[in-house]
Amino acid sequence: MPFPANVPLHPSQLQTTEANGKQKFAKINNHHHNSTRNHITDSDRTFKPAQNPENTITKLMDTSPQSPPTKKRKMATDTIAAAAPAAIEDQQEHQFPLPTILTHPSATPPILITQGAEGRLYKTTFFSPNIPCALKYRPPKPYRHPILDARLTKARLAFEAKVLERCRREGVPVPAVYAQNAAAGWIAVEWIEGAPVRVKINEWLGQRPRNEEEEKEADAKEKGPLVELMKRIGAAIAGLHRTGVVHGDLTTSNMMLRPPAKSTTDQGKETNGVNGVGSEEAQEKAKLLEGDVVIIDFGLANQSQSDEDRATDLYVLERAFASTHPRAENLFEHLLESYKQTFGKKGVSVLHKLEDVRMRGRKRSMIG
Amino acid sequence: MPDAKGRRIALGCEGSANKLGIGIIAHDPVTGEPTVLSNVRDTFVSPPGTGFLPKDTARHHRAYFVRVAKKALSASGAGGRKPLRGSHRDGAGDNGGVEPVVLYVSGGNTQVIAYAEQRYRIFGETLDIAVGNCLDRFARTLEISNDPAPGYNIEQLAKQGGRVLLDLPYAVKGMDCSFSGILGRADDLAAQMKAGEPGPDGEPFTPADLCFSLQETVFAMLVEITERAMAHVGSNQVLIVGGVGCNERLQEMMGAMAAERGGSVYATDERFCIDNGIMIAHAGLLAYETGFRTPLEESTCTQRFRTDEVFVKWRD
Repeated sequence: MPFPANVPLHPSQLQTTEANGKQKFAKINNHHHNSTRNHITDSDRTFKPAQNPENTITKLMDTSPQSPPTKKRKMATDTIAAAAPAAIEDQQEHQFPLPTILTHPSATPPILITQGAEGRLYKTTFFSPNIPCALKYRPPKPYRHPILDARLTKARLAFEAKVLERCRREGVPVPAVYAQNAAAGWIAVEWIEGAPVRVKINEWLGQRPRNEEEEKEADAKEKGPLVELMKRIGAAIAGLHRTGVVHGDLTTSNMMLRPPAKSTTDQGKETNGVNGVGSEEAQEKAKLLEGDVVIIDFGLANQSQSDEDRATDLYVLERAFASTHPRAENLFEHLLESYKQTFGKKGVSVLHKLEDVRMRGRKRSMIG
Repeated sequence: MPDAKGRRIALGCEGSANKLGIGIIAHDPVTGEPTVLSNVRDTFVSPPGTGFLPKDTARHHRAYFVRVAKKALSASGAGGRKPLRGSHRDGAGDNGGVEPVVLYVSGGNTQVIAYAEQRYRIFGETLDIAVGNCLDRFARTLEISNDPAPGYNIEQLAKQGGRVLLDLPYAVKGMDCSFSGILGRADDLAAQMKAGEPGPDGEPFTPADLCFSLQETVFAMLVEITERAMAHVGSNQVLIVGGVGCNERLQEMMGAMAAERGGSVYATDERFCIDNGIMIAHAGLLAYETGFRTPLEESTCTQRFRTDEVFVKWRD
């Protein structure tokens, strides 16, 4: 999941997402305060000095010389939220060094969108100021052996470009590749509007009753839009696999929900009316999950036609889905069903293999 | 069982793999503050080049159980009676971090975990063998001593390596990873080394080079999947638990990654990382305090108890 968190969000949405992120974080903090974690720390404190003064809990904070001080970084983030666009660029240049490609004077000032697991995602333009583009930069990883790091970065970027081109040729909706330099660690791809599926699903689930029993009582029909989305995701993955590509890192963060064109929205409204989801509120809610599923972030992708690799792809998503959206875990079967329907015979054997893969991971012996 | 100071006391027994641990913990009834009264462990060490067999560890555990228990009891100053404890397989509760992503790495498990809605959710894990198992088995290939632990000796040997990085597979799939292919390749390289074949730079390579390369590769994978989970859940804190978590190279690499994300790593030492009775006692007491009871005659052992099977009632 190279660029997961808030992947290609429209800049206007950026602040909202950031705020959401903070909210979530604050809530998590609360967990911590009245949780077991405090207790254990306390126990360690009382226990350790007497027993073994050398083996205290090691807190390795900011030991790396490459890293900017945490405080400075935090200030930078705070300022981003409040400052004018010009200031944002300044701050960001201080935050992380830019890849050379983005330092050329002709380029549109890049905006740092997110710091994913693999690297940083910038929004800039390509060729003309009217063509927005996502530039993904994979800086060297300080923790990784330099030889291993260079080998991985180069191979992954080259594969990403190759796989994206292949998908494009076969008509699978993915971002188009504009340019790339695997050795320098960057790739420029088409900017996809919309929000990650993860954000949309959580937003949608957030509007539902928290209480599990209430939720069960809620009209089964209400889950319709989410079921529909699951089916579209299943079909999208089947389309991808059919071209001989496995993604390697399927999560709901690595799929964008691209808002439909105007006419499609109107159609959607009509359909909802027919389905009996009458109220304006319900219509708004249904619209939340509309759009095309565009799979992104092919940093761990590979070319493979084996059932094993395809099943692993689905398994990775299944687990990521269950842990990210525990409240919608039971809807995953709709995704698989739609995958099977779209993929036909091959799909049946992949799902068969999926059962093997599940068993291997989950019921492994704990001895050893 | 309340003691003279009115604290609840629990005794936890851990007997997985080749380790036998008994720990005694006390919780203050008002503040809930836990105090570790004792934490004793005895390890069955098999000769170099061999693993431990269930029948041998069973014999070891039977022979040492009473000794370890007596030691734990006398060190704690508690009397003989004990309440029945619940069981919790891992040390996921053992940290001082802000809601962190937990990397749980041991001989039996390799999982990336984060807490959400009453459960520790597994975001990623090994698709085949555990990382600790991979290291243990490679120590066997090299016939390195198992005392105090094979992983510890690999770590020490790796410190002498670093001249070359031998090419090993790198197997990461999303937040999952796999180690059996790496072990197979490392075993092949070890065979080449024993046959006197040169390494990639034309020079012969040593067991230290192999240990170094193996550690660099598998730890880079672990740090990568942890970072991916952090980016996914929006946390910049990491907690490392499990026996492999003692490895200082892993802690160092994780520290470098977390620092770059503006966060930090919490790691603990062998007393809490490696199987121990305290984590069992603590989890059991927490469950007890939320009303969880198991009558003695209904208590059983569940092997292969997964991290996400436990309903965590004692947290928000």
